[in-house]
Amino acid sequence: MKDAFGIPQSLLVLGGTSEIALATARRLVVRRTRTVWLAGRPSPALESAATQLRSLGAEVHTVAFDALDPESHETVLGKVFAESDIDMVLLAFGILGDQAHDEREPVAAVRVAQTNYTGAVSAGLVSARALQNQGHGSLVVLSSVAGERARRADFIYGSSKAGLDVFAQGLGDALHGTGVHVMVVRPGFVRSKMTAGLEEAPLATTPEAVATAIELGLRRRSETVWVPGALRVVTAAVRHLPRAVFRLLPL
Amino acid sequence: MSADTVPVTGWGRTAPTAARLIRLRSYEEAVAAVRGCGARGGIPRGLGRAYGDAAQNAGGSVFDMTGLNRVHAIDAEGGSVLCDAGVSLHRLMEVLLPLGWFVPVTPGTRYVTVGGAIGADIHGRNHHVSGSFSRHVLSFELLTADGEIRTVRRGTPLFDATTGGMGLTGMILTATVQLQPVETSLMSVDTERARDLDDLMARLTASHHQYRYSVAWVDLLARGASTGRAVLTGGDHAPLEALETRGRLAGGTRARRDPLAFGTPRFPAPAPFLPEGLLNRTTVGLFNELRYRKAPRARTGRLQRISAFFHPLDAVPHWNRIYGRGGLVRYQFVVGQGQEEALRRIVRRVSGQRCPSVLAVLKRFGDADPGWLSFPVPGWTLALDIPAGLPGLGHLLDELDEEVAMAGGRVCLAKDSRLRPELLTAMYPRLDDFRALRAELDPRGVFTSDLSRRLTLQAL
Repeated sequence: MKDAFGIPQSLLVLGGTSEIALATARRLVVRRTRTVWLAGRPSPALESAATQLRSLGAEVHTVAFDALDPESHETVLGKVFAESDIDMVLLAFGILGDQAHDEREPVAAVRVAQTNYTGAVSAGLVSARALQNQGHGSLVVLSSVAGERARRADFIYGSSKAGLDVFAQGLGDALHGTGVHVMVVRPGFVRSKMTAGLEEAPLATTPEAVATAIELGLRRRSETVWVPGALRVVTAAVRHLPRAVFRLLPL
Repeated sequence: MSADTVPVTGWGRTAPTAARLIRLRSYEEAVAAVRGCGARGGIPRGLGRAYGDAAQNAGGSVFDMTGLNRVHAIDAEGGSVLCDAGVSLHRLMEVLLPLGWFVPVTPGTRYVTVGGAIGADIHGRNHHVSGSFSRHVLSFELLTADGEIRTVRRGTPLFDATTGGMGLTGMILTATVQLQPVETSLMSVDTERARDLDDLMARLTASHHQYRYSVAWVDLLARGASTGRAVLTGGDHAPLEALETRGRLAGGTRARRDPLAFGTPRFPAPAPFLPEGLLNRTTVGLFNELRYRKAPRARTGRLQRISAFFHPLDAVPHWNRIYGRGGLVRYQFVVGQGQEEALRRIVRRVSGQRCPSVLAVLKRFGDADPGWLSFPVPGWTLALDIPAGLPGLGHLLDELDEEVAMAGGRVCLAKDSRLRPELLTAMYPRLDDFRALRAELDPRGVFTSDLSRRLTLQAL
């Protein structure tokens, strides 16, 4: 169960090697979280993530989970929820793709969309139903500021996150009053292995900062969290720029 | 029987979970509800004054007991009452005071049910004299997980598991409670001030146990030399002749005409959606300063109504709303006799962190009662209300838990909403007996709550 500050005792991470997810898990394990399920494609990285969390004192299980195989989600996640209550699901899987390459290779672009959006729709709905049955829990969805407005530099990734974001907002409304809390997290540019080698955007942040913001959001039962918080204002301004002007910006 | 799925929280308004709220109106409905409840079980709920998640049950049923509220029989000679579990202490006072009887133990609110009072084995300002509520319960009827109704008497394991058992052994349907005789419905109250924690503890130790009711309000925002400064209140039920000599005070003329009248003021409730942070270090600091300075250095024999003496907050319905959407955390612990150093350290920690705590109450407990998970043990108990949104609060309370556990103390389950499960066995040594009895009595886990899930109160 969650405590008075919204900190879960059990956590399911979808996308178990995500740096943001692991930073969040570390933070929560230090507080109250005792059981962590790391779902992801079986890999040494997943195992070492599990080992790292175990060293902090958590009981960690790994689960073979593939975002690109929605048919399997019901079974795979069903097993986890059958074991015990899950107080928080952190939907953290996603790929950035390579914009230039993916524009030339539509199949590669579709893979970004399928992972980030289609996979999340299926995993999100499966998790939401399970949380609703147990009458409590938080579903934390990692969206991105990239989904707020199409940018020349990353509109394939951005569009997949835009779809995910709208999906998660709607899901949150659908689940309002059911005891299940859906929180959409919109980080800006996060320094991580996903963005390694890319040119850093303004207001860049770290996985640890996102984790801190998530913990605060859980306590406040927030519906939307921006990291850093200043992005909320900046994006609100950018969203209303005329297209002709927006195009000229070096974004 | 009617049911809706609704979000449910405790009085602290933290961590809501959804449950089917089943309003019970008869014993037959209660039996049917317990027999028919699904895999996620059910938990009885009274007036929802438990601060944390004791009367919540995510995804399962919550049995609303307030419809079972009949007073069946009053023995006006011997001073006992047989009533339904859903009867509130407020209702009992209305009925009993005109007959010259008072409830044996009352907490800081009258709006708790008799069933809840037994389930949480509540304590009051008279603990050092009267013990906790269960000491005055002669017997009760308990609807257990198998759908049977058992009569449970004092001195049996089921009695001791149920008093303080947080509703997890079954549903109390009726109870017979021994009452306290009174001559008037007024309290004769003495007030004094303590300039710091040592002064406070000395006063509570030296003479304060002579009062039937004794409590100290502590200003935890005071720092430095005045850390732990407090206002002590001691009182007893005013005898009839007190109205003759001091009848002018506290609306005394009316009181003389009707010495057993039960007056309860009601103010408007705060708006449902107040912003968070209304109670901050500045506002609470001012309030505490005023409260301390307003209190007389020493005053004796003031007459007060029962409602004003015991339940000042009850005058404001939904007062928990002033903490805003984030809600509040009530932290109450007890450390035993001889652990004064631990208490001092904790008070210094809380003062040092500048917790905006409007309500901080220190009192001494007397002898413990046999309830296995009953909270009181002889020693010092401090209770604080803190806004849940205070940064770093979780961490601070975790550290205080350690301190309390090291000193052999415990935190109160009826108020808890955040204790680390690992510390529970140290705090409640009879937990294993409780788990074993539950495993035998309720193998399917019919009686389950968010509290029992969070702290693993069922058998492992």
